[in-house]
This record gives sequence, C-alpha cells and structure tokens, in this order.
Amino acid sequence: MDRHVHDRRRFLALTGTLAAAPLVSACGTGFGGGRQDKGGGSAADDVTGSFDWKREKGTTVKALLNKHPYTDALIADLKSFTEKTGIQVTYDVFPEDNYFDKLTVDLSSGRASYDVFMLGAYMVWQYGPPGWLEDLGPWMRNSSATAAEWDRTDFYPNLLRAGQWSLRAGEPLGRGGQYALPWGWETNVVAYHTGVFRKLGLRPAETFEELRELAGVIERKAPGAGFDGMYGIAVRGSRSWATIHPGFMTMYARNGLRDFTVEGGRLTPAMNSPRAVAFTEDWADMVRRGGPPSWTSYTWYQCSSDLGAQKAGMLFDADTAAYFQAVKGASPASGRIAFHPGPKGPDGSLATNMWVWSLGMNARSRRKSAAWLLLQWATGREHLRRAALTGHHIDPVRRSVSQDGAYKDRMRHLPGFLETFETVAGRTRIQFTPQAQFFDTTTSWAAALQEIYGGKDARSVLDGLAGDLKAKAG
Amino acid sequence: MRRRPALRPYLLVLPALLLTCGILYPFALGLYYTLFDFSAAKPQPDLVRLHNYGTLLSQDAFWNSAWVTVLYAVGAAGAETVLGVAVALLLHRSSPVGRVLEKILILPLMIAPVIAAIIWKLMLQPSVGVVNHLLRPFGLGGVQWTDTPAGALLSSIAVDVWVYTPFVAVLALAGLRSLPGSPFEAAAVDGAGRWYTLRRLTLPMLWPYVLVAVIFRFMDSLKVFDIIYALTEGGPGDSTMVLQIRAYLEAIRFQRYSFGISYTIVLWAVVYLAAMVLVRRLGRIQRGAAEVSG
Repeated sequence: MDRHVHDRRRFLALTGTLAAAPLVSACGTGFGGGRQDKGGGSAADDVTGSFDWKREKGTTVKALLNKHPYTDALIADLKSFTEKTGIQVTYDVFPEDNYFDKLTVDLSSGRASYDVFMLGAYMVWQYGPPGWLEDLGPWMRNSSATAAEWDRTDFYPNLLRAGQWSLRAGEPLGRGGQYALPWGWETNVVAYHTGVFRKLGLRPAETFEELRELAGVIERKAPGAGFDGMYGIAVRGSRSWATIHPGFMTMYARNGLRDFTVEGGRLTPAMNSPRAVAFTEDWADMVRRGGPPSWTSYTWYQCSSDLGAQKAGMLFDADTAAYFQAVKGASPASGRIAFHPGPKGPDGSLATNMWVWSLGMNARSRRKSAAWLLLQWATGREHLRRAALTGHHIDPVRRSVSQDGAYKDRMRHLPGFLETFETVAGRTRIQFTPQAQFFDTTTSWAAALQEIYGGKDARSVLDGLAGDLKAKAG
Repeated sequence: MRRRPALRPYLLVLPALLLTCGILYPFALGLYYTLFDFSAAKPQPDLVRLHNYGTLLSQDAFWNSAWVTVLYAVGAAGAETVLGVAVALLLHRSSPVGRVLEKILILPLMIAPVIAAIIWKLMLQPSVGVVNHLLRPFGLGGVQWTDTPAGALLSSIAVDVWVYTPFVAVLALAGLRSLPGSPFEAAAVDGAGRWYTLRRLTLPMLWPYVLVAVIFRFMDSLKVFDIIYALTEGGPGDSTMVLQIRAYLEAIRFQRYSFGISYTIVLWAVVYLAAMVLVRRLGRIQRGAAEVSG
C-alpha cells in the first residue's frame, strides 16, 4: 500500500511537471510575431550583376489578394508575368470584409505564408512598426534588382509618398522606408445621376451647404419626379474606419480640419475643436436629411450599388465606386452617371483624402527576390496600361498611363470623369496623421458619428472621443 | 508482475489528463499574457501584472459593454425560455399537425447563427427588407430596425430568439414527455382545472428541464459574438458592443493582444460565476420537483 501511495505521488508530480513545462517555456518565448532582425541589412543587397527578369525562374510566389476589379485585371494578366520571368504565382482571394483580418492574423503569426499582398497606406502604419513589412527602398535603389524601365519618377509623387514612413507616430509621410508601392488608387469625389438632376433642374454643389441642401431636395422631390424610392446622397456609415476616410474626411480636410495636432511628437485629438464639432453636426444633418435609410450599416458596396440602382441621387465616395456602376451595361444607371470634384472648402480648398491600393512584401518571405520581380511587374507601366485598357484598373498610379491617348479615349464617354480626375489628382493625399492606432481611432470616430446621427449631442460625444483617444494615441 | 496492475489505473486516466491539460494550457497561457502589455507594437513586452485589468475596469467602454452583454443575455435567455416553454406546451398533445410543426421548429437550429443574422439583416433592411414590406399596409413600413440603439439591441435579441427558441422548446418538450403520469391522474380525479394543473404540477416538475435550457442559453448569450457582429458590428455607436466583440476588436483589429484577452478573462469569470449560481439553483429546484412528483 505504501508503495502505491508513493507511486501515485510520483505520478502526479511527473504529470504536473509535464503539464507545466510548455507553460514555463511559454514564459520565456511565448510572444510570437516579433520585430524582424534589423541588423543584417536588406536582402536586396544580395542581388548583384546585371538585371535579369529570368533571375528567379522556376520559383513560386504566393500572393494574398482582396476581391476587387484591380485584382481581376492582375489575375487575368498573370500569364504574361510567368512568360516574362518563369515565376509561377499562386494566390488566395478574400472579400474585403475578411481580407484585412486574414492578413493581420497571418502577418502577426510571424509566418511567411504569403510573400506578396495588397494593403493600403493606413496598413503601413499598423504593420510597419512591428517589422512585418519589407522595406522596398533598397530594392528600388538596386539596379541589379530593378529594371531600368521601372521608372519610379513616373508614379504620382503623393502615391509613392503614401507608402513611405519613418514608423514614428505623427511624423509626416514621405520619409523613412518604402513599405508599399502604389498599384491602384481612388480619389473621393461626387458622382451624380444626370437624369434626376436634369429633371429637377439641379446643378452639382460647389459648397458643403449646397450639398446638404441638394441631398434634402432630391430626397423630397425625386420620388415625385419619376425616381421612386430615390434618396439624396449615398455615404458610408458602418461602424468601421472605412466610414471616415472617403467623403467625410475629404470634406473635413476641405474645411481645413485635422484629426490630430502634433507637438513634440505627442498627438492631441482635434476632432472636438469647435469647428470640427460644427462640421460633424452638419455631416450628420446631411445624412438625416438625405442619406441612406439604413445608413449605419452602409459600406462602399451598398453606396455604390444604390447609385447604380438609381436609389441614390448622389454618391460622395471613391470615384471608382461610381465608375463600376457607370460603365456600359453595369447597372440601370449606367450612361446616366456624371462626375464632379465635389464641394470646395470655405477657402476654395479641394484637398481630398485618398485610398491607395498598394502592394507590399512580407518581411519574413523566403523568396524576396522573386517577390520583388512580381511587385515590379505589377506596378510597372506595361501591366498597368494593359489593366487600364482591358480591365477596370482605372485611376492610374502612373502619369504615363493617365496621359495615354488610348486610356483617355476609353474614359472619355463618362461625363466629367477625366476633368474631375485631373482637377483633384494633384490635391489628393493622405489627410490623416500617420500613427499606429489609426484603426482604433477611426473606428471609434465612426461610432461617435453614428451616435451623433442618432441624436446625441455632438460636443459631448466628440469630447468623450477625444478624451479616450488622447490616452491611446498620445 | 506487481507493477502492471498498479500502473493500469494511471494509464487509463492518462487520456483524460491530457485532455484536461489541453484545455487548461491555452487558458493558462491566455491568463499569463494578460499580465504583460503584449501588442503588435510591443512584441517583446514588459510585465505589467494586473495593469490591464485595472485599465479595463476604469474604462467607461468596458462598463458599457458589460451592461449591454447582461441586457442581451437576460433579454435573449428570458424570451427564449417563455416562448420555448409555451411552444412545448402547445406541441405536447401529439397530433399530426403537431408532429409536422415539431420538424419545422428545429429548422433554425440547423442554420449557422451568423448566416441567420445575415438573412435577418437583409429582411430588416428598411427600404427593401421584407419585414417593412409586410408592415407597410399597417403604416409601419419605415422602421429603422438596426439604425437606432434600442432597435439594434432588440433586433439582435430577436434574431437570437429566432435561432434558439427551438432549442428550449425541444428540451422542454422532452421534459414534458418524461413527467410521471400519476400526479396528473390524481389531479384529474380531484377535479383540478387546467390552469391549476399547469401552475401546481406541470411547471414545478418541468422547471428542472427548463432551467438546464436556461443555463445553456444564458451562458451562450453572455458569450454571443456571431449574431451581433453580423447584424450590427456592435453599433450604432456602442449600443450593441458586447464584451466578445470588444475583445475581438482589441485583440485582432487593433492588435492589443493582452488587453483583448483581459476582456475574455473577465467575461469568463462572469460566465463562471453565473453558471455556478444557476447550477446551485438547479439542484434546489430538482429537489423541489422531486417532492411534487413524489
């Protein structure tokens, strides 16, 4: 019996130790996804000799892509990349609702499941500081790794700057590492239904006050003018960062307003300044007067499809969101959608916020040289021109494509598209202050906007938001 | 020769022990992470001990989420219990129609809650949704179901009720069919009315079965994520921001891993305490039911 007791104790002690072992080991090394080793320089330095597209022949590169017409154009053209380089590309495509969660989880796991992926400039602020993104600067500067025809000066400078950051909160873009390359972008403008404007004798708004009026007029008069169920203006409203960055941030910036002020490297929320509060009240008022009936769930998909279905008289969002509805045969409203730069600020400002679909490289990729060839090709003139002419990869990131005669001929049938693009392209840039808490900040901002829309006092809601964000982002 | 029989019981218990370790290990690791300020911005974090919990408990956002979570759980579990028992009582008397209805009843349980929420999201859409279309003849065609704070919470609860009332009904129906017949026969001989029998016999004896369903539904509702996330994403504002969604946003979307896990640990503590209280109550009720049927 004694022996049994002894055995039981030993057994329990042994199993206890076994169970605790992984926990103890976790204490030392349990935190995954750490910063990459910065001490060894860039893998770009390993590429020497003359440039050769066939350098990585036989390699397979894996890409993570968001479901988008730009992606469709890329996939349709991948065969020419494989012919040019001998590199195979495999890819996964996810819808936008899940795409960034998938990418975030994958990168934070510290694995190298994907060599190349799509991202926006804001994601650089989140993925850059932990060291998940490869600095593409050394690759761009290495003439052995980069083809002479890949002309970086051909990109719109603002777009290239959008992916370049020092990784320090509050510091402006355009300094430090190049963490993403511009691939396709969007500028935020007003698109409108020409039929309802003609019938009601309306003109596009030149001021924000006029835009609010216009939204209300369409809401009241359009159904009686043969546009049954049409409301004034489609703008995003879901509880997401994506609600803030298109129309709202564009008009906010045109009013000379900032999200944060930066002093001595410290960020102070500025969305509760008196002028910002007044603007936010006006925006919520515009949505109440003439916005979508279920605004708090509205993403760009709903906004875009409402314009196409002739349910919305106007759309203040990405020009591409209207373009996809405007092209021939795409929607009941195609052929009746026109473009306008949108209202100016009080001082005539047409400052516009942008979204730039970019391509980035996983810092942990084991096939960086091949991945860089894919990035070069995908952001190169040859593919982008083809994608703009044969696919729906519009809003060219390269000047040479936007000035191309064939591209202009293709876009000319859309009333006001080229003129609007040319008017705002040079004034479009990231209007947010770069900082790693961007998604928290803007999601909370969207929630605050919903509360104000719901009738809460704008001043107290925005004061509460600013107080909360000061602790997080400061 | 003597060692083999001595070891056998331990070898037999080994799978259960490994399973227990498999459950406890992630939990313990999660608990351990909450003692650090582990985030994407700080992959090699400092030990902050209970600071995450202190920060969490001092935030209005946490208390708002805790309140919304409790409202949701009480509302959903309460409505499901009342409706589930009512449906079970209606179906108890077996008939061809009842048997068909029983089969239809369990249909919502075969649909993933997230899919159910998406279906309802479309149905509740103010301008094209079928619900407002059906209400239009009664002058109620413009209801903004998920656009107002109260509407969003009620709509979320309604979807939960739609999905899970059959679960309560099925359990209650099974309970009704397993009740002993003699007390009811005695009551009938004594001339007891239907309402008296229901109040004094059926419900007290059925209550243990119902309470099992309540425990499951209450705990599940405290942990809800899928229905609310698909329907409202926690909005408008923070009106449906339950603890699980807050934890997900903190840990995954905003990559503050330790802080996000702290939310789930607090939620676990709440669920554990609630379950403990309810299970103790179940024991007392079972004893009471035994006295009635005995």
